[in-house]
Amino acid sequence: MISEHLPALQVVLPLISAPLIVVVRREAFAWSLATAVSWIGLGIAVELALRTAQSGAISYAIGNWPPPWGIEYRVDRLSSFVLVLVSLVGAIVMPYARTSVAAELPRERRYLFYSMYCLCLAGLLGITITGDVFNLFVFLEISSLSAYVLIAMGQKRKALFAAFQYLVLGTIGATFYVIGIGLLYLMTGTLNLADLAVRVAGVHELRPVLAALAFITVGIGMKLALFPLHQWLPNAYTYAPSVVTAFLAATATKVSLYVLMRFYYVVFGNALVFRTLPLDDILLALSVVAIVTMSLVAVFQSDLKRMLAYSSVAQIGYITLGIALTNAAGLTGAIAHLFNHGVTKGALFLLAGGISLRCGGTSFAAIAGLGQRMPFTSFGIVIAGLSLIGVPATAGFTTKWYLVVGALERGYWWLAALIVVSSLIAVAYVWRFVEAAYLQAPGPEAPRQGEMPLSMLLPAWLMVGACIYFGIWTSFNIGFAGSAAELLLHSGR
Amino acid sequence: MTPNALIVIALVVPVGAAALVAASDRAPNLREAITLVAAGALFVAVASLLPLVLSGERPSLRLVEVFPGLALEFRVEPFGLLFALIASGLWILSSLYSIGYMRGNDESHQTRFYVCFALALASTIGVAFSGNLLTLFLFYEMLTLVTYPLVTHHGDDEARRGGRTYLGVLLFTSTALLLPAIVVTWIVAGTLDFVPGGILEGRMSPFGATVLLVLFMFGIGKAAIMPFHRWLPAAMVAPTPVSALLHAVAVVKAGVFSVVKVIVYTFGFDAAGANFAWLPYVAGFTIIAASIVALRADNLKRRLAYSTVSQLSYVVLGAAVLAPISVVGAALHVAAHAFGKITLFFAAGAIYTASHKTQVSQLDGVGRRMPWTLAAFAVASLSMIGLPPTVGAISKWYIVTGALQAQHWVALAVIGASTLLNAGYFVPIVYRAFLREPSTVGAAHGEAPWTMVVALVATATLTILLFLFADVPIALARGLLGG
Repeated sequence: MISEHLPALQVVLPLISAPLIVVVRREAFAWSLATAVSWIGLGIAVELALRTAQSGAISYAIGNWPPPWGIEYRVDRLSSFVLVLVSLVGAIVMPYARTSVAAELPRERRYLFYSMYCLCLAGLLGITITGDVFNLFVFLEISSLSAYVLIAMGQKRKALFAAFQYLVLGTIGATFYVIGIGLLYLMTGTLNLADLAVRVAGVHELRPVLAALAFITVGIGMKLALFPLHQWLPNAYTYAPSVVTAFLAATATKVSLYVLMRFYYVVFGNALVFRTLPLDDILLALSVVAIVTMSLVAVFQSDLKRMLAYSSVAQIGYITLGIALTNAAGLTGAIAHLFNHGVTKGALFLLAGGISLRCGGTSFAAIAGLGQRMPFTSFGIVIAGLSLIGVPATAGFTTKWYLVVGALERGYWWLAALIVVSSLIAVAYVWRFVEAAYLQAPGPEAPRQGEMPLSMLLPAWLMVGACIYFGIWTSFNIGFAGSAAELLLHSGR
Repeated sequence: MTPNALIVIALVVPVGAAALVAASDRAPNLREAITLVAAGALFVAVASLLPLVLSGERPSLRLVEVFPGLALEFRVEPFGLLFALIASGLWILSSLYSIGYMRGNDESHQTRFYVCFALALASTIGVAFSGNLLTLFLFYEMLTLVTYPLVTHHGDDEARRGGRTYLGVLLFTSTALLLPAIVVTWIVAGTLDFVPGGILEGRMSPFGATVLLVLFMFGIGKAAIMPFHRWLPAAMVAPTPVSALLHAVAVVKAGVFSVVKVIVYTFGFDAAGANFAWLPYVAGFTIIAASIVALRADNLKRRLAYSTVSQLSYVVLGAAVLAPISVVGAALHVAAHAFGKITLFFAAGAIYTASHKTQVSQLDGVGRRMPWTLAAFAVASLSMIGLPPTVGAISKWYIVTGALQAQHWVALAVIGASTLLNAGYFVPIVYRAFLREPSTVGAAHGEAPWTMVVALVATATLTILLFLFADVPIALARGLLGG
């Protein structure tokens, strides 16, 4: 009985937890509920993924109103893959959050943090699961508004500025998106994703549809930090509380990338997006610029978190690059990288959170000699850093492999060369950390505290372990991504 | 025990040893005992595979499919077994040597040293037993990364600079050249297995195959073909046991091993239509140029490093000539150079430990104070030059025979010239050490700690024994031709 309502429960549980937490106002209750909801969410996501793997897509009509009139929740290979990513990151981050939040936030705001986290989780899961473009907009706003609040909770005053910057740009993005779906509704009279796909085919040459495509590209591009619409990201990731950075970096941009894939391959169809219009060339150019310039910018940062933030923009470039390749290998790489980069960056930001707890900051000056003081944290960053580079037997390598195959299959020799050379820039910035942590003596005023608490270290290392696990046992990330890529390519016209 | 279990043991023993060593940080004696026992166990496991492989079996083990149709896979073939035998056998001796060296020089971070050393051995065994290019690449990269902490062991500015060059060159070549080459091979051939006769025949244009060959040859940076040789002298900032086992045996041999494997099992010699004519010239240039640099180097370890660069290209040259017999010579030279060069580095480290001398010009009369060490040095020098009764003579003989068969006069000229150059930079050291009067400067000293002397005398003896009893290495090297 309950089992058929799992798609709804996936979103509803975190959604109702948020007000519940505000009503009770107790930190312990808030944390327990948020953690429980996250783990139950992970259970539901895994169960849904198994079901879709066995018996294909699941369609769930909210309130029993059949699609395309009512709101449809649709779980297929692609969306269940992203659901697992988001809920997995949530489930791992929550046990970590207790200590970290207690250290970084004043007592009276902590329950609010958990409330906002639940809202954000509900929003992200909702975006992924819904099959209705307006409902998607609603969840986009839920997740964005809660994310602004979460970022503003950062310790430094600059967090307020970062949140405000994100708010302005994020709102512009959301507005563009809603204008886009307005135009689509105008032309087709439907808001259901699958229904839109059928109806757009009849009118796809008309100017309002093209305008809709442009608005949605820019709007979602803002949310996913597509170069050069990424200006909000470095500040937001640097100044947000550690938990928030880890959670958002691993999930928020990935969900927006998922939305972009849906619109390109399902709603508009790759014939229109990539053949009638030269959007693949544009996307490819932007991705290449993002990868190269943002990696280089990352090399010259003086703060670890900021370095990782710029690296995120570059890594998002790999995903959009895979989307722009429009072949099975490239798209598999892109989808797999949602997950691979999610766990890799999640691990890195969780470990960085431990550093800021123990050293009072994440500047490279504070990190000097860290290998002695925090051996597990430092070594974890090295391992996850190797995954960021794409060393074999790490999750990052699987992505790199598929992107190079995809580029070569399209005959883009130069692009394959660029992908591998750009990963060498990643070596440069990862090795800045290695040299600082292992080959520099700690400064005179370096704090003498040891390793971060186990409640933070274990979740972080779980993510580090995932970086290795999914580099060798790839049946989930590559297997699911491969079939999701097939699904996208064949649903297009 | 089943062959598969032996493969697993060979991979697990060094990894397990690394974990145990890390756990016994506080008990140095236990730590060193673990290293020695693990080295012995590894050698026994590898050697137990020998009868099987010699009888023509090729034990293989398929672990997990990383990409659809592409698995992590191990397959023990004769050449790989030869390499594994050398690496694991010398690990025993070099562990013995390390104990003396690390304690004698009072080095810091000794636990980290032994952990990384064991992991480097695990990677080497992985390279040696790899059943396809993906597995090879995985362990090849792992070897680069786990040896980095060894190169930067001293943690000072010089170590950091050396580490940067080391990592920069090795990762640049493997990522920017080797990885694309492997991906192209995968797309073109649909397999990355090591198959006698190659996997590319009839699947590529000759031009495409030649480009691929260039990518492979320069992409395998560990083979130190010029201009990608700079990492090897840079790695000499490491403690001497590292230079001895890793940068004279494991790491560099993983490079030339991969080169030979790719030429034989991926390209199937010239079956793929690739143009090999350029490769002997590049290898020949590396041999001569590196020898000239070695001739002028005063720092002993630097001289040995450039000698290694030069000797590695012998292997490449032997394979590139494409005569079957010279390929066997190339495989044998992997063994021959290993025993000779590790002895030389052991001697260099012993001299440093006993007298803190690092320059060739300081070595006047050292032989009178350290007769065992310098005698071993002299034997190993003979092997480098390629004179009997040392194993270096055998491998050189095979390579020369192959070059004659192929009527490759340039290769012959290169070998001739480099033999003279080898003599030119090794004989003066021996001459100085034994025939010049000892300098009066510096404290009087005798031999280095006994574990070091035992190790280096053993490797020198092996250099001679392998000349006398060369059947097994030759049989294994010939296995390259049979498949």
